Amino acid sequence: MSSGWSLYIIIITLVNILGCLWLIVWTTKKRTGEAKQGEVTGHIWDGDLQEYNNPLPRWWLWLFIITIIFAFAYLFYYPGLGNYAGSGGWSQRVQYEEEMSAAKANYDPLFVAYAQKPIPELAKDKLAMESGHRLFLNYCAACHGSDAGGSPGFPNLTDGIWLYGGDPDTIKTTILDGRMGVMPPMGAGLNETQLNDLTAYVISLSGRDATAIGRVDEGKKEFANLCVACHGADGKGNMAAGFPNLTDNDWLYGGTPGAIKQTLTQGRNGNMPAHREFLGEEKVHLLAAYIYSLNQ
Amino acid sequence: MDKREAQTEQDTGFYVKHKKVYPREVHGLFANLRVTGVLVLLGAYYLVPWLRWEGKQAVLFDLPNRRFYIFDLTFWPQDFFYLAVLLIIAALALFFFTALAGRLWCGYACPQTVWTEVFLWIERKIEGDRNKQIKLDKAPLTNTKFWRKFTKHFIWLSFSAWTGFTFVGYFTPITELGHSLVQLALGPWEWFWIIFYSFATYGNAGWMREQVCIYMCPYARFQSAMFDNNTLVISYDQMRGEPRGSRKKSDDIKVKGLGDCVDCTMCVQVCPTGIDIREGLQYQCIGCAACIDVCNEVMQKVGYAPNLIKYTTQNAIDGIKTRVLRPRVVIYFLILLGMSIALFYSMATRVPLELNIIRDRNALYRTTPLGYIENIYTLKIANKDTVAHRYTLSIETPFKSKLILRDTDIKVEPGQSGVVSASIQADPVDLHKLSDEVKFTLQSIDKPELKVVDEGVFIGPRR
Repeated sequence: MSSGWSLYIIIITLVNILGCLWLIVWTTKKRTGEAKQGEVTGHIWDGDLQEYNNPLPRWWLWLFIITIIFAFAYLFYYPGLGNYAGSGGWSQRVQYEEEMSAAKANYDPLFVAYAQKPIPELAKDKLAMESGHRLFLNYCAACHGSDAGGSPGFPNLTDGIWLYGGDPDTIKTTILDGRMGVMPPMGAGLNETQLNDLTAYVISLSGRDATAIGRVDEGKKEFANLCVACHGADGKGNMAAGFPNLTDNDWLYGGTPGAIKQTLTQGRNGNMPAHREFLGEEKVHLLAAYIYSLNQ
Repeated sequence: MDKREAQTEQDTGFYVKHKKVYPREVHGLFANLRVTGVLVLLGAYYLVPWLRWEGKQAVLFDLPNRRFYIFDLTFWPQDFFYLAVLLIIAALALFFFTALAGRLWCGYACPQTVWTEVFLWIERKIEGDRNKQIKLDKAPLTNTKFWRKFTKHFIWLSFSAWTGFTFVGYFTPITELGHSLVQLALGPWEWFWIIFYSFATYGNAGWMREQVCIYMCPYARFQSAMFDNNTLVISYDQMRGEPRGSRKKSDDIKVKGLGDCVDCTMCVQVCPTGIDIREGLQYQCIGCAACIDVCNEVMQKVGYAPNLIKYTTQNAIDGIKTRVLRPRVVIYFLILLGMSIALFYSMATRVPLELNIIRDRNALYRTTPLGYIENIYTLKIANKDTVAHRYTLSIETPFKSKLILRDTDIKVEPGQSGVVSASIQADPVDLHKLSDEVKFTLQSIDKPELKVVDEGVFIGPRR
């Protein structure tokens, strides 16, 4: 907030409060011609609706004064007057951090205890897996689905097929540090026929008939040129580096000829975000155990 | 007129100095009714938290865990519907009773009245009745006066503290609360509410009293909207009473031209809000009927017929035919009865099990490698019973389908909610619509009457 705006708000706030104070004091003064207690004021509405002067007890007046004192105390303690931060040091951020650390103190011991157990053992603990399931629904299900079955572009975590490996430590590493899977686009260097041939060959790797799509033999040549560096001569990929196996008929971005051709032409970017900072190692340990348990 | 009184006289702006009301003690039918109300209502208030039910506190509102125990019933936040219905019933009851006989609630059942009645009783035991109290307040501060006042406030505060403690006992198990209190080891919120509620009781029933009704209470004001000319109100029979005046036993009132009112001002002295009922119905009147009781006593003493002040209707006063059981009252009663029956029926047939189907929204559907269409659901199962249950899940779909559950053993602990992931698989040739309704039925294996149904949606590809 610029100092001009700050001043503007301070003035409006103070003028309002002082205005209220003035109004309270002003109304307490008796004026000539005013109706006495219990008498009609002379104001008439709707023909016959009259107003009596039924005064409030005087202590009521003090309640008004107390609200004004309260207002000043509040504005002194909390931020309210423009840029003034308040003497109490309260802010949304501070409150959020306090609540988060209180929650951490409350729940962390549970996760720390789980983190002591090796993942295969933890995966058999039913109660722990219920917690793991809840964590999964909170942090993973948006992409991988609440049953961890995945969807196009987001791997199925229940089918025993892994891009980077399904052993406990690898799963944990994947969640902790994330993964970047990049398939570079090949469309620029190849013409339409060549792309069809390559698509046909890739499909044939899973034992499917692809003769209607293109020339498998020609495609094999393109494959040897462009793809073996990553996916290997036999198309089985390299799990250590996250290069997918193309022979298992499991397709992250769809296994139809069109989808495979699109993958070849335009490339793909897979991004599993890192959770080390966000969730902390203990929670990731539990999550890894949950995902491990889904494949047992 | 001394100086102070002169000041008060002039004090006629928007504010005046409050004048203390010293209601005189009263006996009679309506006073007995009110005492009965006090004993029943306050008795219930102070005793209920101590009741035990199946090893637990019978009535406990466990706010941190969002569980509300009332004897056999356990309510969850999802059941707030019942509270809404209960409040509607309470509102209708207010309409009904107010239309019937005015401010019955204020006179006999309102906490403000009920607690004030107890405080007045304590005050009278220590300071004596009205006249003695006035005398004591005017007297200079002496040792006796100091100790009288000290004793009164001490007892008031002790009673208030017990009230505050009892209040918190509805939210924290009261026996544990008692132990913690003895050790001064309460949590900050428990301290706050005990002290707050104690001071609210002490302040409202000891000091504020009728001012709460006159200046603060919204009910007092809107109840008048439910009055009509056939509503029973407490009223002074002007025709019979006027002209009022004092008389000797030997006087012939016909000769003196006097009505039945002996102008003893007893009705003013007993009034807890300090009004004179003989001036007609006033907004300050809380309908406590103390003036009826005391006037009847006086009438009996002087040998006149009773009910110079009585429950009657405006029409009766005006000499018009009056009918208390009019359509308005009957309709209020019927709605009230209907709502009450509905609430009881709904509670009696309530199934302590809840199922919520939440469809995954990250993808409309999923195609399996074999070409089946799959929709994914998260099932939230709330077991509101007091024992654990195992459940079976079944589906009903308008197309051929298969339910896939990772773990078919669905078990939820008592008072817990379980989360289950499920999916429904269908062959796309069987799907004829973009979206179909699917029914999930959850049934307990060990107690088949625990059965709930929830509907979900199955979405397939555009055809």
